[in-house]
Amino acid sequence: MNLLERTMGVHEKALRVRNERMELLARNIANGDTPHFKARELDFKVVMSQAKFEQPINSTHNNHFDFADESVNTDGLRYRVPFNASIDGNTVEMTVEQAKYGKAAADYQATLSFLESRISGVRKALRGE
Amino acid sequence: MPIDSIFGIGGTALNAQLIRMNTTASNLANAGTTAPNEQEAFKGKRVIFKALMDDEMTHAGAPYVGGVKVDKIVDDKRPIPKLYDPNNPLADKEGFVYQSNVNEVTEMIDLMAASRSYQNNVEVVNTARELMMRTIDIIKA
Repeated sequence: MNLLERTMGVHEKALRVRNERMELLARNIANGDTPHFKARELDFKVVMSQAKFEQPINSTHNNHFDFADESVNTDGLRYRVPFNASIDGNTVEMTVEQAKYGKAAADYQATLSFLESRISGVRKALRGE
Repeated sequence: MPIDSIFGIGGTALNAQLIRMNTTASNLANAGTTAPNEQEAFKGKRVIFKALMDDEMTHAGAPYVGGVKVDKIVDDKRPIPKLYDPNNPLADKEGFVYQSNVNEVTEMIDLMAASRSYQNNVEVVNTARELMMRTIDIIKA
């Protein structure tokens, strides 16, 4: 484990998952008036618990999946159960999505603050002040 | 996935809602029109949205997956009101003119809904932009 990985810890992955979640909520909000659209949600706990045990995998066959770290594992994706079903089959509830988006933005900022403090810590250590 | 795909998704939604508002404006503008027969009478237009769920549906790899587009614009199926007005130059042999089937109240409410949805998506893009700026600022920490 190199210095950066040890410094960032889980926050780097967390930031990526937070970002993914905000994007998912943005999709829900964008499709708030689309007939038959089903709102989705990212289960942060599931995704992060997978991140913890992520091991590099040796592929011995062409058909083996490559564990590209580019996007978040989609196993944590869930369909949302609406409080009130809508007649056109759309399960986006705009107020719920707005609230969730606001919370997600705050979560993102929290993770960002953790990262910021880690980085400033490393910076202080490097300067030797 | 980069944070800027939120901008793409928000952009598609803004575009779709704008088309919806334009359609409503057109409906309202033509609400008072009359025609000499049922076929020529103005029929209210309705936009049908569709989610962009596959890569194939988006433009050349642009990060819009999960966005929305206007799938089609259909005519309102409400009956065309017939008005007996023999003095109207457009009246047919029996003295009827055919009005548009636009209901102004419905249109106004649709306009408000579209404008709220537009505002929602503006807010989404704004928040994403602020967070992106903060993420860039992390190197200053």
